[in-house]
Amino acid sequence: MSHLSVENVSKIYPGHNADDEPVLALDDVSFRVEDHEFCSVLGHSGCGKTTLLTMMAGFEHPSMGRILVDDKPVGKPTWQRSVVFQDYALFPWMTVHDNISFGLEMKGLPAVDREEIIRRHIELVGLDGFENRYPHQLSGGMKQRVSIARALAVDPKVLLMDEPFAALDAQNRALMQEEMGRLLANADPVLRKTMVLVTHSIDEAILLSDRIIVLTRRPGRVKANIEVRLPRPRDEDSPDFAKLKKKIRGLIHDEFEHDI
Amino acid sequence: MTTGVSMTAGVTPKPRPAGLLARAFGKLRRLALMTVLLCIWEYVSLRVLDSTSRTLLPPPTLIFTAAWELISSGELFRHARDSLKRELVAFVWASISIPIGIAMGWFRIVDEQLDAIMEMLRPIPPLAWIPLSILWFGIGDEQNQFIIFLGIFFPILLNTINGVKGIEPNLIRAARCLGASEFQILWRIVVKAALPQIVTGIRIGLGVGWMALVAAELVGANSGLGFLINDARTVLRTDYIIVGMASIGFIGLLLDQIIRQLGRRLLPWSRGMDR
Repeated sequence: MSHLSVENVSKIYPGHNADDEPVLALDDVSFRVEDHEFCSVLGHSGCGKTTLLTMMAGFEHPSMGRILVDDKPVGKPTWQRSVVFQDYALFPWMTVHDNISFGLEMKGLPAVDREEIIRRHIELVGLDGFENRYPHQLSGGMKQRVSIARALAVDPKVLLMDEPFAALDAQNRALMQEEMGRLLANADPVLRKTMVLVTHSIDEAILLSDRIIVLTRRPGRVKANIEVRLPRPRDEDSPDFAKLKKKIRGLIHDEFEHDI
Repeated sequence: MTTGVSMTAGVTPKPRPAGLLARAFGKLRRLALMTVLLCIWEYVSLRVLDSTSRTLLPPPTLIFTAAWELISSGELFRHARDSLKRELVAFVWASISIPIGIAMGWFRIVDEQLDAIMEMLRPIPPLAWIPLSILWFGIGDEQNQFIIFLGIFFPILLNTINGVKGIEPNLIRAARCLGASEFQILWRIVVKAALPQIVTGIRIGLGVGWMALVAAELVGANSGLGFLINDARTVLRTDYIIVGMASIGFIGLLLDQIIRQLGRRLLPWSRGMDR
């Protein structure tokens, strides 16, 4: 049971050279993600959405404002906010089993407990039988499953995902989105986390989210904060889905025109 | 689940099975030019050169005889053993470059302090150290090992530093957000991720060290393959010289293959890394 709030967060990067103008990546962003809510941060590339996620994880810190998890400011990275990376970031010298085990070992869990958790998570992402493979022996979709299992296994308060399906081919992406949707619909309260997903895909956001934060183009500001109340699992062909998609596309398109 | 797809990657279709004879012939065909050249060499040495020049370029048959002499008397083995022992001792000393390289790659302050020193020493060829090292250590094992040490040290050091600095930053981040401490990140992530490049450094280092070894033995040793060929020169045994040279090349190749195979065996995952 954890909630996350972003309060008036701005991020300024110094320019590359000393005399370059500093770059404003995020400008006064505020929103709140409730307990067990799945929230997508949607925006064009370069709108600062990944920066936002990076700050939620604690890899970087806001220039202004603050990010709170359960009303406590985010500090250093911890397993309580685990991350799924776009490029999987699996440890290539570890098997699937050992990758998932890593976080549990770091938590100091005894081997018996670890094995049970690992088994459950391998099953959850459908990788039974692949425990002893190395990452380079897996397809992109399977790698991302391992990455998700690894991040979930440590039982984080918040699961952060940075464009997790963007590097996959169209077919695998659709499949993974569908499975993620099913995972969320099944809503096993033990496995259900507060989740934040960064994406540029409107479909993906609607398919998975309880809440969608639409960011403007550079610098990123909150353009819209939309609650999605469609029933799960979601049907991409339903009229409600299409209506919402049109609305969001309008918001984002709007943004594009501004720029030109 | 559509697992099972793409699991066949890496299985390359085998070429059509040829007959054993055809395959053997294919292998032999590669040796055709070499055989011809050896025959010409034999002919020139025996029929064209006078006996004085023949001493300088003995025919292959005589060289094989010399090789047999050196092998059966155990002399070649003894020299090879001495050389390999020097290489090995030097390598054990030079492997200090692995922790130094890791520290330089990971801790900024170490890099700042050591970089200037290393950059100053690195461009000096190991062979340029020979005169000074003879004065320091005299002639013998220690002097040789010192020169070899210098040859091995820097390739391993540079590759280790590069291996550490080239780690995918997201691997470090992933480990951090899975709860790893700084020490655990260094020990379980950084060192492991740099291993393939460290092995590459060891391969290059042993190669450079082997070259330096021969040079060091030429001038400052009483045994070893470098000594063997130089000693043979003083008594005009060109056949021994050529046998010694071939052995040096062969052993160098063997060392490289051993490290390569070890790397493959111990780091089965690394082929996935060197994209």
